[in-house]
Amino acid sequence: MPADGAAPTVVGVGPGGDLTPQLIDADVWTDEMVQAAGIPVVDSPFVTVGGGMGSFVIADFLRVYGLPAASIKVLSVLDYPWQTYEYLTQCSQIPARERLRSDSSSMPDNLWGFPSYALIESWREKTVAPIWNVLTENIFCDYWTPRAGTVFKGMQKEADRIGYWPMRAKGQVRMVRRRHGGGYFSILTPPDGTTPTRRVAYRSLVVHLAIGYPGLKFLPDLQSYRETYNDHERVVNAYEPHEHVYDELRRKPGVVLVRGGGVVASRILQRLIDDRDNFGAQTNIIHLFRTFIDGPHGPNLFNRRRGANGWAFQGFNYPKSAWGGQHWARFRKLEGDDRKQAYKVIGGTNTPRRKSWLNQQARGRKEGWYRVYVGEVRRVLPGESGTVMTEIHNPKDADRSPILEVPANFVIDCTGLEADIAEHRVLADLIEHSGAGRNVLDRLDVERTFEVRGTRSPPGRMYATGAATLGGYFPGVDTFLGLQLATREVVDDIVELGLVRRMGSARSMAQWARWTRGVEP
Amino acid sequence: MVPTLNGRIQTRVFLLLVLGIPWTVLVTPLAPHPAGATLGARYGATFWVLGEVIVVGCLLWEPLYHLLMQFRWEKDWPIMFILLEGIPEGVLAYVLFRSIGPSGTPPPASTATFLTHFIPLWFFVWLAAIGPLRVVFHRWRFRGGRIV
Repeated sequence: MPADGAAPTVVGVGPGGDLTPQLIDADVWTDEMVQAAGIPVVDSPFVTVGGGMGSFVIADFLRVYGLPAASIKVLSVLDYPWQTYEYLTQCSQIPARERLRSDSSSMPDNLWGFPSYALIESWREKTVAPIWNVLTENIFCDYWTPRAGTVFKGMQKEADRIGYWPMRAKGQVRMVRRRHGGGYFSILTPPDGTTPTRRVAYRSLVVHLAIGYPGLKFLPDLQSYRETYNDHERVVNAYEPHEHVYDELRRKPGVVLVRGGGVVASRILQRLIDDRDNFGAQTNIIHLFRTFIDGPHGPNLFNRRRGANGWAFQGFNYPKSAWGGQHWARFRKLEGDDRKQAYKVIGGTNTPRRKSWLNQQARGRKEGWYRVYVGEVRRVLPGESGTVMTEIHNPKDADRSPILEVPANFVIDCTGLEADIAEHRVLADLIEHSGAGRNVLDRLDVERTFEVRGTRSPPGRMYATGAATLGGYFPGVDTFLGLQLATREVVDDIVELGLVRRMGSARSMAQWARWTRGVEP
Repeated sequence: MVPTLNGRIQTRVFLLLVLGIPWTVLVTPLAPHPAGATLGARYGATFWVLGEVIVVGCLLWEPLYHLLMQFRWEKDWPIMFILLEGIPEGVLAYVLFRSIGPSGTPPPASTATFLTHFIPLWFFVWLAAIGPLRVVFHRWRFRGGRIV
């Protein structure tokens, strides 16, 4: 197996070219089994599966550490790494000009995080406002965050710089299996007609999984409504395209029920209120919280999070020190129930505190077009004249509490439930055939180095980063900075395999200088 | 920044040694000083202050900041705090210098010497900590400010 960065070679094409029952059943594959099935084999020392932000970040690190572009293969259905992210942010009302919920120095295109987005924006737009914001954030003002478009443009530039595009092999990854003799086979199903065979096997020393969310899940009551009444117009998820909701609410007055207390709910409210302000929409907003936070909350004086008007306030999706600070250090030492409990303390739905949002909502409460309800949904039914009726009750007092019927023209689900990891074919296959297991939050169990526990195929190793690994020794996995933190662990661990050398200060400074000049690593 | 106690101390010691020593060497001959103070005595005074900032910082200030940080939900330490730390630390350093620091006739340093040395020193350390240090030690920000 080439571990020296040699260009991939295609070897041994036999008849068939598809998975055989023998391959599907075997936990470990030999080269001969793959050859006998007629599946062409492409050799590449490093393969990353997913092709989204996670794959991009690791490709970037590896290039900066010194691995040639020809030694990296990115298996993906995506055209560019931020495609899924861009789609989800746009659906949830963050177009390119709007700001993300991300720190100024969380830069997927710059592993040093310097100069930060705020510095760059100050320089480009000839204003000190971003710098001043970063200097005083979380003391006098809210956190400064970059525009979505800035992040995407930065990644485009970095992808060009590191020679990302030729690394990609397009297609759907069906499975990753251990190889007899070490390493792994990743089976790719390329788009129809682009290859002579139905499948192509990528044989590698290291496999990295960055497959993102296994899938989004609707709230069960909304799912049941959609299936029973076949209504996908009036009940929508914030992460799916739902521009028709805003279009109709601009054309005629209506009521919309927003469910959830996280950042997506904040964004959706902003869009609804912006449309009232800018286009004269007469929308009445009903906001349903399952848990209502009325002030600072937490177990003790040292763990108290700000909150008000239903919301729990937090700059990012975990307390900031989860990314390399005190929480990071603490979580690394926690096992089992202790870790699960620690996730509970710092977890819970929350949203960043932004003055513009608070002002909008305060105005809505005063003028009566923004109302907050608290409770659990019993069921969702079709209402009169094309409305959707939501029945709310207090579950703690289910027998005595009255059921509140809330009619609305639209229901927007902003709860962002995630599907089980087994919903993802590759992960389900790993659990069934490759020794992978689940962690305390039922996601993919990884070591502190992000190696997928139980899947080692010596000398080869399999790693995973991103949302699928939540529940491990590091909480902030599903974020820009989290991807970089995890990736650094992975790449430093790969050093042992001889693929790359550990990057010290001299190389780091030299590589940073190349980054600033925009020349290849 | 999201430092751990260990990271705080390491960062302080590293920056004060790497930036503080050259700065002290450079600024001492140029800084205003009492008439007649020898260069050797002036170096003794400025290096005493540098040493004080390192030692008292590690023993008193960093544990105190760490304690105060426990009251913050995010367990973060906004970068403005690091700049502002210079005020109480500077006052204490000055008081200690005056009370137990090197003395003599003529005195080795004046208030102006102290300020000319300390204020830029603090500013350089702060400036390095909020950005450039990440380029030299790319793992630094991912492990609580630890250098080793």
